[in-house]
Amino acid sequence: MAESEQSNPVSTHPSRWKRIGSRFSILFASKTAMIGLFIVLFWVLAAIFAPLLTPYSPTEQDYKARNSPPSAAHILGTDDLGRDLWARLIYGARVVLVMLPINDHLWLPIGTAIWGVLLGLIVGATLGLMSGYMRGWKDEVVMRGLDAMMAFPVILLYMIIIAAVGSSATNVVLAIAIVGVPGIARLVRSLALDIRTRDYIRAAELRGENPWYIMFVEILPNARGPIIIDAMLRVGYAIFAMGTLGFLGLGLPPPSADWGSMVAVGRRFILAGSPWAAIWPSLAIASLVVGLNLLADGLREETMRYQ
Amino acid sequence: MTNVQRDQAPILKVENVAISYETRYGDVEAVRRVSFEVGHATTFGLVGESGCGKSTVAFGIVDFLGPNGKITGGSIKFQGRELVGRTENELRRLRGDQIAMVYQDPMQALNPSLTISDQLNEVLTVHRNISEAEAWKKSVAMLERVYMPDCSNVMSRYPHQISGGQQQRVVIAMALLTNPALLIMDEPTTALDVTVEAVVLDLIEDLKRDFDTAIVYITHDLGVVARVCNEVGVMYAGEMVESGPVEAIFADPKHPYTQGLMRCVPKLGSTKESSRLYPIRGRVPAPKDRPKGACIFAPRCDYVTDRCHNELPVMEEASSEHRVRCFHHKEIDVAAWKPSEDLVFDLPAVEEKESQEPILEVKDLRTYYTQESKSVWSLVGLGQKRYVKAVDGVSLEVPAGKTLGIVGESGCGKSTLAKTIVGLEASTAGKAEFLGFDITVPVSARDIKLIQELQMVFQNPDSTMNPSYSIGQQIGRPLQRFKTVPANQVREEVIRLLHAVRLDESYYDRLPRQLSGGEKQRVGIARAFASRPELVLCDEPVSALDVSVQAAVLNLLLEIQHEFHTTLLFIAHDLSVVRFFSDYVAVMYLGHVVEFGPAEAIYAPPYHPYTEALLSAVPIPDPTAEQKHIRLEGSVPSALKPPSGCVFHTRCPRRTLLADGGLICETEVPPWRYNTEQHRIYCHIPLEVSRQMEPVVTAG
Repeated sequence: MAESEQSNPVSTHPSRWKRIGSRFSILFASKTAMIGLFIVLFWVLAAIFAPLLTPYSPTEQDYKARNSPPSAAHILGTDDLGRDLWARLIYGARVVLVMLPINDHLWLPIGTAIWGVLLGLIVGATLGLMSGYMRGWKDEVVMRGLDAMMAFPVILLYMIIIAAVGSSATNVVLAIAIVGVPGIARLVRSLALDIRTRDYIRAAELRGENPWYIMFVEILPNARGPIIIDAMLRVGYAIFAMGTLGFLGLGLPPPSADWGSMVAVGRRFILAGSPWAAIWPSLAIASLVVGLNLLADGLREETMRYQ
Repeated sequence: MTNVQRDQAPILKVENVAISYETRYGDVEAVRRVSFEVGHATTFGLVGESGCGKSTVAFGIVDFLGPNGKITGGSIKFQGRELVGRTENELRRLRGDQIAMVYQDPMQALNPSLTISDQLNEVLTVHRNISEAEAWKKSVAMLERVYMPDCSNVMSRYPHQISGGQQQRVVIAMALLTNPALLIMDEPTTALDVTVEAVVLDLIEDLKRDFDTAIVYITHDLGVVARVCNEVGVMYAGEMVESGPVEAIFADPKHPYTQGLMRCVPKLGSTKESSRLYPIRGRVPAPKDRPKGACIFAPRCDYVTDRCHNELPVMEEASSEHRVRCFHHKEIDVAAWKPSEDLVFDLPAVEEKESQEPILEVKDLRTYYTQESKSVWSLVGLGQKRYVKAVDGVSLEVPAGKTLGIVGESGCGKSTLAKTIVGLEASTAGKAEFLGFDITVPVSARDIKLIQELQMVFQNPDSTMNPSYSIGQQIGRPLQRFKTVPANQVREEVIRLLHAVRLDESYYDRLPRQLSGGEKQRVGIARAFASRPELVLCDEPVSALDVSVQAAVLNLLLEIQHEFHTTLLFIAHDLSVVRFFSDYVAVMYLGHVVEFGPAEAIYAPPYHPYTEALLSAVPIPDPTAEQKHIRLEGSVPSALKPPSGCVFHTRCPRRTLLADGGLICETEVPPWRYNTEQHRIYCHIPLEVSRQMEPVVTAG
């Protein structure tokens, strides 16, 4: 026995590394996914190392250089208040991807968009698992409720929620989560409906397991593939939604660097001959959303190719 | 098959073909060195276990290999013309309408949104350029040829409106409409029930004679091969290892692999007391692990020598037309074969604790599924409810430590009965007691002590294990849940269980996808026995496995049953396996047990007419065996509206034995007739009459 206990860590470790390695090999096998990964990583790294990548702070104003085009001092130019656009762009990426400001002093790691999707995932997956596994009246009640939510146009739903609870990063998280729940629940429900017919679920029932154990321990891990890919796409949509809310003035309160509000403000100066303040944040939103989509699509294609 | 026909050029000549598939890890050679010929009015059987490349060969012939498959060598000649290396258009012209295929699942071969007539007529209007009216006439004639009842009516139906056997007949009719020279059949009866299979096999036999067609018949079932084929090619790991006339292959198999296969299948009539199954050791190597420049079977062969590991054997003539790919085929004496040490196990003589107290007692058990009618009222719960009578009054009793086999065709309620007993379905009425506990309630209402005593082994090896957890975790879970052993000993106990199912402890950390089908099934057995249950229900535990693996799993179940003294309920559709494995057998039809008794009594007269029909339909892996020819008409009636009186009366071939042609069968429920105290038959026919029936199978 002692011998086996010693030999075991040795025998499991290579296989674990191999497992992780094989998971990444899928990523590298797809060109689409690699391009997507490259774009996403660019923004994530830029956001994390923002203070090292620019000498300016995002709120530092320079009245002598307002609406200036790209130059050596300001590589992407400045906005109408003379703030450095590159600095605002990468600090803006921080809010989206790597930190969630709760109030002036407190922030959580992982960005607003990702928190929104995670929260939606927790609620949506729970509802979806319940409907899919338990069926019956619980299924009907949950799904009809979510159908009613889906009947609202997404943008309207966002505006209603933000108008009701006020604009702050936390509330944007809440809005993204609420809007995401019906879609996630439907996806998880369809997966659960399929997985619950498998024999290992029968085996668990024959052990007299608690339904919640079956839902979260037996079913959920086997639905992770499609859920992860869906979540990546959703982070893209959430970034898009944040942009929209910011543009409509419902995003993060000024003067924080928010891509949507940057576009909204910059828009006024396009015809005045300085389009930079609108172009860069638009490109930033577009590239990040496209990057996430490419990554998700590439992964999905690659996992389906040899089936 | 006269000599004149033999002299003609073969329809299909496959020579030294190799086929590869492209995968993420480079090209994988699926098939190599395969050669065979098929002549007029000949059925050539390609046999082998799953993954040996038999379907790949068939798809290679019609160039259907998909985007990642390609033929990398050899030649395929169809009516003397080369098919390899042609473009798709050339191929289409060469083949014309001369090659037809029949697949395993008829429901997928037929378009569900077109009527049968649309699909049949299309074949003729496209290929033969004839008018719709004429096509209709020819199609009806062809349906008649395949013994379709009520042809003109069937023509206007959709595929889902006819039964599975009829669907397969339509597919065969469609294949024969253009009178092809070559017909490729890929497991055409595997998805069908045994009585339906028998009818389709008869049909194939007749058609070959009448149409002078060459047939390539792919199957894994040695019994089917023995019934329909003239010539056989045995495939192993992508190579053909033996080929010859069917009688020679069965009577005198030359290749050690073929011999091994024959020892894996239980003969109809053999029992666990009288005989053993001997699995072939090891497992089929994955294509990339196959030995190169050596005999591919060498790692698993009992007669292996150094030469086998270093040299590539070629096909040698063992006798005229019987070829074998083995260096030692002349020296091997099958009769002198002894199982190697690790295959022999003695079942310790169970001390007959003749208490005969039944551990499980089921009385008049009923399980109905409600089906709401499609009226508006049912939306608000006022609609008329109808019941699918899946289990309709079943009574049986199982003594402790014995095995009860439950047989019957799909839809007979055997799985529902099993689910009711373990508690996955709630029963509607009746009594069921297990160890004195009432088990008519579903599992959620049962005591954990009772749950622990009733476990189950599942059919499908691919879904029996949760793909996300390691083997060790999954066997360990019931141990933790039922606290079978203290928490700190779970790991040791899991390893002990792994040893019990003959897996070593390196499997502890593996994930299910790293296991073969047979290994997964072993783990499933270990998990079921982990809580040391009194009763284990095996729902078709070997039907999804290859024959050599099947033998190993059956042996394992026998061994474990004896070790734990467990009672087994064994559900299967394969009558040879049930006979081999069970002490008692219950034959089910449409929710009823129609015959119940000790296994040997079921397989000998007096029979219930349904049992008799089942037995005469089983394909027997022996081309010389004599079998009575009883075929059932029609299909199983709906369980929503079971026939009055005896449920079997609509299809019973023995009703004529009774006065008035069996009028009583339609009106009155049959009595239980007790042949012996334990053997009972649910039939109107008096025992004196049914005792005089002849046995269904007589060995040749």
